[in-house]
Amino acid sequence: MEKIPILRMGRFLLVTIQVDMHDRLALQLQEDLTERIVAVRARGVLIDISSLEVVDSFIGRMISNIAAMASVLDAQAVVVGMQPAVAITLVELGLSLEGVRTALNVERGMALLNELVAAEQR
Amino acid sequence: MPSAAGQTVRNVLVKYEKEVLAEWMRLQLAATTLRADLMKENELREQSRDLLSLLRPALESGRFDTLESPDWNQVKEFLARISRSRAQQGFAPSETAIFVLSLKQPIFDRLRNEITETQALADELWVTTVVLDRLALFTTESFLRTREAVIQSQQRELLELSTPVVELWENILALPLIGTLDSERTQVVMESLLQKIVETGATIAIIDITGVPTVDTLVAQHLLKTVAAARLMGADCIISGIRPQIAQTIVHLGVNLSEVTTKATLAAAFVVAMRRVQAKLPTGVA
Repeated sequence: MEKIPILRMGRFLLVTIQVDMHDRLALQLQEDLTERIVAVRARGVLIDISSLEVVDSFIGRMISNIAAMASVLDAQAVVVGMQPAVAITLVELGLSLEGVRTALNVERGMALLNELVAAEQR
Repeated sequence: MPSAAGQTVRNVLVKYEKEVLAEWMRLQLAATTLRADLMKENELREQSRDLLSLLRPALESGRFDTLESPDWNQVKEFLARISRSRAQQGFAPSETAIFVLSLKQPIFDRLRNEITETQALADELWVTTVVLDRLALFTTESFLRTREAVIQSQQRELLELSTPVVELWENILALPLIGTLDSERTQVVMESLLQKIVETGATIAIIDITGVPTVDTLVAQHLLKTVAAARLMGADCIISGIRPQIAQTIVHLGVNLSEVTTKATLAAAFVVAMRRVQAKLPTGVA
């Protein structure tokens, strides 16, 4: 069964969604990710959706749920690399992912995560 | 009766084509609706001759009740072409319709000479009138269609012209909006802004609404959508150029802009943006 890989980068987890997201895959990711966050005591999660070209309301909600779950587990979640068309679709669907942090690309997202974690430790 | 009616018209056109054309031309040239400034006499003569020669075979088909039959296709194509060119040349709709309608008088004159019996003359006139009226209406319709196409293409051009996204500074974009925001424009604005964010990697976008004449709930909603979409891409938005009246309207309408940074002037927004960008720049890059 296909699976979305979750990579560990120090204190952070990196999830790169590079396949067409379908509902079962999204649920699987949700499960895997929450488990990994607890297992490695991740401080931050970076969700890269730059290859995601099609979204529907379910996937949109899924992304925002995953981010919310991460923050419940005390990990900062940043969604990065959203395509313009995807952003427009989500806004038109009325899902503006309130409370989810966003960045333009993985690099910016990593910088943002570092900043957030540094601010926490202060 | 229908088969007999129209018979004489056809014969007249065959027999007196030259005379009818000459008379028609004389009338058109004498008419007050003549636009000598837009069209040369030669061109008009050529068009008139072509229409007459196309009209003859179409009349021979005997279908006077409808223009839908394929016999009329050639005439219709010709008229559509003429009205297209006239619309582009700047003729008025009535001036274009008159081109066809003015053919009535020379034909009627001939018919009056040909037919002596009143009843038959009336029938013949009626048939001719119906056909020419239909043709004139068809001409006007295609004229208007051309006009509409021109207007639509202008609207599109206007849409493209009025939504520039400019780079003010490294990582700072500005979007000076001019004119009323409707859903279609918002879509274009949103797309070009998001595209520019991807291209430049900007982190802040200033949406300047100095040129937006009125802000109602719909416009405000469109603005908020744009802000939300930009945020999803990882860019913050500042709305600037809010005039005092617009600030009052926004509050009276109960639109919630509290989650968006707003500034009165573009200058003020720029200062905020500079400060934020500087703060976010990793050490060593600036």
